Amino acid sequence: MTNRNNAVNNAQKSWLYRPENHKKLWWGFGLILAATVVVQLFVSVHGHFGFDGWFGFSAAFGFLSCALMVVFAKLLGYLLKRPDNYYDDDA
Amino acid sequence: MLELIFPPAFILILGAFLIGPIRAPLRPLIVLGAPLLTLYTIWQMGDGIQLTAQFLNYEIQLIESSPLRRLFATIFAIMAFVGGLFAFRQAKWWELAAAQAYAAGAIGVSFAGDLITMFLFWELMAIFSTVVVWCGGTEGARKAGIRYAIMHLVGGVLLKIGIEGVMVHTGSIEIQPIPLTNIDGWLILIGVLINAAAPPLSAWLADAYPESSPSGSVFLSAFTTKTAVLALILLFPGQQILIWIGLYMIFYGIIYALLENDMRRILAYSIVNQVGFMVCGIGIGTEMAINGASAHAFAHIIYKALLLMSAGSVLYMTGRRKCSELGGLYHSMPLTALCGIIGALAISAFPFTSGFISKSMISQSAADQHLMMVWLLLLAASAGVFLHAGIKFPWFVFFQKDSGLRPKDPPWNMRAAMVLLAAACILLGIFPEWLYRLLPYPVDYVPYTASHLVTQLQLLLFSGLAFFALLPLMRRTLTISLDFDWVYRRLILSLMNRLICLLSCLNTALRNASNRVFSIIWTYIGRHHGPEGMLARTWPTGSVVTWVVVLLTVFLLFSIY
Repeated sequence: MTNRNNAVNNAQKSWLYRPENHKKLWWGFGLILAATVVVQLFVSVHGHFGFDGWFGFSAAFGFLSCALMVVFAKLLGYLLKRPDNYYDDDA
Repeated sequence: MLELIFPPAFILILGAFLIGPIRAPLRPLIVLGAPLLTLYTIWQMGDGIQLTAQFLNYEIQLIESSPLRRLFATIFAIMAFVGGLFAFRQAKWWELAAAQAYAAGAIGVSFAGDLITMFLFWELMAIFSTVVVWCGGTEGARKAGIRYAIMHLVGGVLLKIGIEGVMVHTGSIEIQPIPLTNIDGWLILIGVLINAAAPPLSAWLADAYPESSPSGSVFLSAFTTKTAVLALILLFPGQQILIWIGLYMIFYGIIYALLENDMRRILAYSIVNQVGFMVCGIGIGTEMAINGASAHAFAHIIYKALLLMSAGSVLYMTGRRKCSELGGLYHSMPLTALCGIIGALAISAFPFTSGFISKSMISQSAADQHLMMVWLLLLAASAGVFLHAGIKFPWFVFFQKDSGLRPKDPPWNMRAAMVLLAAACILLGIFPEWLYRLLPYPVDYVPYTASHLVTQLQLLLFSGLAFFALLPLMRRTLTISLDFDWVYRRLILSLMNRLICLLSCLNTALRNASNRVFSIIWTYIGRHHGPEGMLARTWPTGSVVTWVVVLLTVFLLFSIY
């Protein structure tokens, strides 16, 4: 019974949520990412400071700075997060 | 040609007065008509001082126009119209009236030719934005509204003291760049920065805005912070300190938005983030930077309103606001999702959206001034915006998991307002010269170069990669994050409770000590003067007579000898 329900649910699930499509989505995304970097071979990127014209600089900088922000936020979260009814007993 | 020298703000104030008493079927006419008429008058005015009046022996300039002021007034009037369209069938009439008075304040500040006029309209905004917060109608909204009002009234008082100082010390009430050489300038700067949600007092924004109604947050996002941006451009262009304040706001907004679970609070934090870009641009202060800050304010008001409309539609249709309770709505609310995504792309400065043509001017101005550190931080921030608003908001609300909710798209007026703003985001992205023509200085900037397109796409898409790769680190929790408001909502409260406790302890101790001292004195006195005391003892008459006899005998003996 549960199995049949699951099968029905899977069939009703939209394309995006089916597990077998996750890999396709990641591949598609990866191809687009690669394309934005590869295209730099054909487009001359002129930086203002020199280093910002390096091959793939923006890609690496974007990824690393975001990773840093996420990790920093995560760490700060341990310090700052409180249950969302924290202020509810305010007078 | 009709010459209308009627202050544009007064049209909206009149509209606000009429919305209540007028018959309900005619209300939309005022809600939508007054902003359009205002827009017309804004564009009928020439530059320079247009209207003066007498106020407390000062000649105040009710209207002084310039391209910069017109740009801000234009977007405020457009928002009053589109926000009205979004709200007029769902919101209560008093919210519509308050919103119109609030917009009047913003437009009044835009055209204020002197500090007194600016202050009066500034306070009009503070009062009616508080009413808009209260229109959220919940207990949470009532309390947040009070905190919001206190914060803005304190800001207003500082601003007023500063303005009076300038009037006394320079004798001029003109709006012109004010040097930060004495306390007057600093007080004005602090008063304005409080409205811009600058640190440390930025918590009021994320505290109050998400408590308003679905339409209320749309109005709130547009006016207060952006009039502060305009005031900063007019009063403090090129003040270096603003660069660092702006950068702090940018990263504060990103980090807090990453930690947040409430979808409208995510967007509220991202207002602080975006205003940070403008404040930073004002700090850089070159013509390019001021152009960038102005263009960014214009573009930001549109896409932020669009994002809040999208979030407001979700809230209106589902009654839920927490990311952990939402997800998978793209299927049943396709238009809301599409508009939300367009807003999210615009805020992230994706090519062919309005953010791309405005934010990049600020970065470019930093590069032109060889401010490498600032430029790098702005670049990281641009990536961070895509992270916290560009993907996080649409992902957790419209995709993520299937929450099982199947709400429809909202009613037609809300859809129409979203479509209008989404179209504006894209059109401004494709035809940047429409916006560039309205900017205060001539624009010598070409946003669409192959190099800029490639670097921007790399930056944004790889921050997207970071988002999905680090998704486990961003699991939504049912939490809020402590902010500076903890100081006045908890610390001061608990310190006061402790003080009260300490005083009452001291009181008890003093009482006890004094009781003891009194009781010692009492016993001592009692010993001699009490009912049993020696001096209070009743002596029998006989003994007195005996003593008198003894005395008389002694006296007799003395007199004989």
